[in-house]
Amino acid sequence: MLKKALIGAAAATALMAGQAQAQFSDNKIKIGVLTDLSGTYSDLAGKGAVVAAQMAVEDFGGKVNGVPVEIVSADHQNKADIASSIARKWYDAEQVDAIAELVTTAAAVAVREVSKEKGKIDLVSGAASTPLTNDKCSPTGFHWTYDTYALANGTANAVVKNGGKTWYFLTADYAFGHNLQAQTERVVKANGGEVKGAVRHPFPNSDFSSFLLQAQSSGAQIIGLANAGADTINAIKQAKEFGITQGGQSLAGLLVFITDVHSLGLETAQGMQLTTGYYWNRDDETRAWSKRWSARMDGKMPSMVHAGTYSAVIHYLKGLAAAKTDEGVKVADQMRALPIKDASGFAVNGKIRADGRMVHDMYLAQVKKPAEAKGPWDYYNVLRTIPGDEAYQPLSESTCSLVKK
Amino acid sequence: MMTLFGIPTAALFGQLLLGLINGAFYAMLSLGLALIFGLLNIINFSHGAQYMMGAFIAWLSLTYLGANYWVALAVAPVVVAVFGIILERTMLSRLYKLDHLYGLLLTFGLALIIEGFFRQLYGISGMPYAVPKELAGGWNLGFMYLPIYRAWVVVASLLLCLGTWLLIEKTKLGAYLRAATENPALVQAFGINVPVMITLTYGFGVALAAFAGVLAAPIYSVNPLMGSNLIITVFAVVVIGGMGSIMGSVLTGFMLGLLEGLTKVIYPEAASTVIFMVMVIVLLIKPAGLFGKGA
Repeated sequence: MLKKALIGAAAATALMAGQAQAQFSDNKIKIGVLTDLSGTYSDLAGKGAVVAAQMAVEDFGGKVNGVPVEIVSADHQNKADIASSIARKWYDAEQVDAIAELVTTAAAVAVREVSKEKGKIDLVSGAASTPLTNDKCSPTGFHWTYDTYALANGTANAVVKNGGKTWYFLTADYAFGHNLQAQTERVVKANGGEVKGAVRHPFPNSDFSSFLLQAQSSGAQIIGLANAGADTINAIKQAKEFGITQGGQSLAGLLVFITDVHSLGLETAQGMQLTTGYYWNRDDETRAWSKRWSARMDGKMPSMVHAGTYSAVIHYLKGLAAAKTDEGVKVADQMRALPIKDASGFAVNGKIRADGRMVHDMYLAQVKKPAEAKGPWDYYNVLRTIPGDEAYQPLSESTCSLVKK
Repeated sequence: MMTLFGIPTAALFGQLLLGLINGAFYAMLSLGLALIFGLLNIINFSHGAQYMMGAFIAWLSLTYLGANYWVALAVAPVVVAVFGIILERTMLSRLYKLDHLYGLLLTFGLALIIEGFFRQLYGISGMPYAVPKELAGGWNLGFMYLPIYRAWVVVASLLLCLGTWLLIEKTKLGAYLRAATENPALVQAFGINVPVMITLTYGFGVALAAFAGVLAAPIYSVNPLMGSNLIITVFAVVVIGGMGSIMGSVLTGFMLGLLEGLTKVIYPEAASTVIFMVMVIVLLIKPAGLFGKGA
């Protein structure tokens, strides 16, 4: 009798345990890092983002409520069609529960559509454009690291207040460049500045001399670079060559990553102001995390996209643990409710809004002079911390349908 | 102020000069391509990668050996030429009797491998390379500020193109080369070692690309994809000029640089497409190219 009861109890326990685990479909949590592993953004995102996601899983203990977590990764080559077909394959055939990183707006938007349809989580870190938290917003979609609105707010505000009233734009001729220029123009005009003109250059483009000359003859005080990656690097390098900065005009890099500064060298990049969501050498916490990342990445230092990927993935794992299920909408609700804090020191004063925007403090930084740098990758002086609510688009302006007005 | 196309003439002169400078790169690269195609019948798709190698060797020798720009300008073409010669001997030489397509595919694959190799080692963002001190600064020409380095690029490129042209058109070696292009079997029968000549030609063509790469290092971002961004345009230049025509490719290089420069002022959005529009028109009217012979 006792034996029977014991067996029954054991069976019941096993069943209950089975049920508790069954909340996580297929007894496994899989996070896909979908990024540019070979193209123009592979340094600022790429392999470093995969490493950051792996670190998040390890720091969380490798398991959520006893269920193992696995990271998979793929190269979307910055193409929307490739990104969405990988996302479909991952969700439909490979039991992936969430997709992280997603540099390049077109790829991020394509994956956003698929995730929304399947009720899965996406954690956008690398893409910059604001539609992700406006008309493309989703109940299971998050925009973590930065966006064009915050970049424009940070850099353009500071520059106009320092007397840079007249602007001329060099704009990459695709969605991101147009979006960044529009956001920056808005800030310039709101602060009483004037836009003297703009030239749209092909993307990608290697010779900027012609466009720089046009900017020079416009007489504008500030030349705003509404582009990214190699385009920004080439434009800055050639502006120095053509004596633009010696001639009294200044450059404002509207999206500059630490990897770009590394590529330019301090000699060329010094003095430039920029807005970033993360700087590895800001405090003890950021240094400690970045050094761990660096040890796995041949001594490089993380960009804001890398730290943002770590922060987003570990917060997703916390959301899973709290929700006790991998159902997208429930996990997303928990993620919105939980405080955001992690070892990378990324999300200072972080909170997630109804439109999926993770609002956190941004930093206005200035590139150091070569003599000021104390070691490799010691590139920025943080001039000002921009509180999240000031940096990001106010929720009242969002066109996201999830925002109750 | 006088205007032309709605642009002040002074600004227009500036833009034309810049176009000429970009044309210098097109000319140097298309010259190498034309040379290789003329003698080897190979469409060298790894030309862009070899140009990138030139720039990277400049950066590597500066960073690890402390060798300055001038040393790099001499050494990089030699190193890349040796690399090219090895490629030619071990792989390309097996393809001469086959269709162009095979050479194109092989060199395209090689380009991807070379770029992937550099990307794996050095990432994608590129490396800093400063303008050499002797050529830093610039002149104020009144209508524009001309960096001394850009002037040097045009001069170096013109000298190089002229030198190559003289070598091929006016020397005995050049005469052998041209003869071997026309009829390799006959030239071989006269006791000239045609295979060696072919190998050296490939080495020389590739060295031209590396030289252009070193010239480009101080002004463009030195990154693994710098060549593949440029090479498509350069192929269009070669097609417009006429495959295998040396003078044609040089002249077309400069001309299209000018045209692109003009487009950058009048309608910048089309700057990357204008060369291809010209290519389409030229192919329709003169399929062998502006300076090509026969079809």
